[in-house]
Amino acid sequence: MEILMALLIGILFMTATYLMLSKSLLRIIIGTGLLSHGAHLLLLTMGGLKRGAAPLLGEHAPSYVDPLPQALILTAIVISFGVTAFFLVVAYRAYQELGTDNMDRLRGKEGHE
Amino acid sequence: MNNLIILPILIPLITGVVLIFFTKNIMAQRWISAISALLTIIASFMLAHQVYRNGIQTMDLSNWEAPYGITLVSDMLSALLVLTTSIIAFAALFYSFKSIGEARERFFYYPVVNFLIVGVNGAFTTGDIFNLFVFFEVMLMSSYVLIVLGGTKIQLRESIKYILVNVISSALFVIAVAYLYSVVGTLNMAHISVRLSEIGSAGIITVIAVLFLIVFGLKGAIFPLYFWLPGSYYAPPAPVMALFGALLTKVGVYSITRTYTLFFYHDVGYTHQLLQTLAVMTIIAGVIGALAYTDIKKIIIYNIIVAVGVILFGVSILTPESLTGSIFYLIHDMNIKATLFLLIGIIIVITGTSDLEKISGLINRYPALGWTFFIATAALAGIPPLSGFAGKLMVVRSGFETENYIGAFVVLMSSLLVLFSVMRIFIRGFWGTPRAYKNEERAPVKWLLVAPAILTVFAVLYGFGTEAIYPVISTAAETLANPEIYINAVLKE
Repeated sequence: MEILMALLIGILFMTATYLMLSKSLLRIIIGTGLLSHGAHLLLLTMGGLKRGAAPLLGEHAPSYVDPLPQALILTAIVISFGVTAFFLVVAYRAYQELGTDNMDRLRGKEGHE
Repeated sequence: MNNLIILPILIPLITGVVLIFFTKNIMAQRWISAISALLTIIASFMLAHQVYRNGIQTMDLSNWEAPYGITLVSDMLSALLVLTTSIIAFAALFYSFKSIGEARERFFYYPVVNFLIVGVNGAFTTGDIFNLFVFFEVMLMSSYVLIVLGGTKIQLRESIKYILVNVISSALFVIAVAYLYSVVGTLNMAHISVRLSEIGSAGIITVIAVLFLIVFGLKGAIFPLYFWLPGSYYAPPAPVMALFGALLTKVGVYSITRTYTLFFYHDVGYTHQLLQTLAVMTIIAGVIGALAYTDIKKIIIYNIIVAVGVILFGVSILTPESLTGSIFYLIHDMNIKATLFLLIGIIIVITGTSDLEKISGLINRYPALGWTFFIATAALAGIPPLSGFAGKLMVVRSGFETENYIGAFVVLMSSLLVLFSVMRIFIRGFWGTPRAYKNEERAPVKWLLVAPAILTVFAVLYGFGTEAIYPVISTAAETLANPEIYINAVLKE
């Protein structure tokens, strides 16, 4: 199971890298979304995918899955959600002000507007 | 157990939250943030004093014992960095009162600065690797807002690049933590160190060490990963630039220092050699940039990169003396970079440009500014009685002692070229024929000069009082050189 997940995560990272190297800003932001999906899945996989009950004490199971990576992922998800929302709004403002979403044209001569 | 540890995090946090409610009342914002910054300085000074008297202070949040809960750990290095951060934050806030402009002050400038201080102080104090990630994000999120606040074209353009680089490095941080967790099964930094020394030297640990170097090197701007810094730091106004230049990259440097002295000290052959090579390359790249530009902002920005290289060169040698030198230089550099950014902020306010070709003869009208700048540049280069000397001396000496001749020689040469790069600003900008500038009459130069002048006085005192400060700093280096001290303090074995 872990090997399958590792392959999937590898494909996610590959796609994310490809998208982040493209010219359009929106494709870059989609790339960052895929990158954070990959990172979160990796966190889950690296915590171990052994069988066990959901981490609820009411289940009275002999063994549970590791609750720590789940808490870490939850934290990482809200953080990347906040950053992505901010990034999207900055991209929107930049499109309004600068009139382009092409990263090549976002250069400008240093220091001069 | 000691609740004093959390005060440098808690005071700015509460202030930031309270300030959100009075965004339209600018006077109240200024007073509250100034008072809270003073309180933070007092709290962090008391903390540093306590750590010096009684050894490492730890605090288990919610009374969960060490490996299970989040532990805040304040050793001498953390306490000193928190104290330096608080002083710089106060200076930058004081400078902001007259320079940042009402438009920015109305839109959450002061709350965000306070949240930035929360992130920085938290990152210096935490004893948990994932909590370090969270404090990094607190700091970065605030820095995104500060870099884009105002919404001019150059700010929007550069903030997109800055956010993108940091989103990628944050994802890499999560990945690094995931790998480390799967190897050691714990997140508490002291416990990780214990588990790693049980495993000994395995290939995967070296891989994780290099991954952490990439993550923190992206935040701290080391050689192949510094490409984002010159553009991004160019965009925001002077007090924000001072906060960034003094604090943000230094958090990355601190994290490299912490992980490479606490986690990855068993198999130093590959990792520390890599760190050393990169540090030397960083110095060279920074010096080339500092010499290449005639723009005063760019010159100081590339000097940040040089200093990062010098500090990490000292860390990579890993002897008690080189670590002492690195810590000396780290604190000096935080102080002096804040000073220089605030000073060139004043020059830009007076002349309305940062192009050195268009500035000359300032010393006639502004002698106090000129001589403060002169002392600050001399301190930056490490002229003996001033603050940059002792740290660099120790780094260079231990470089020669461990037979790293090339690195030590590069550090020495970099001093000369750094001095040349900033002295150029002094000679071309302050000497020569005086010119008239259109914003000159309205510039509140006297008021703005107060904060950098105080920081310059600190730089001078730090240089002259090296003998008095030495025992404090060598205590900090001792903890770095012997991780057992840190581990025993946290796990209470």
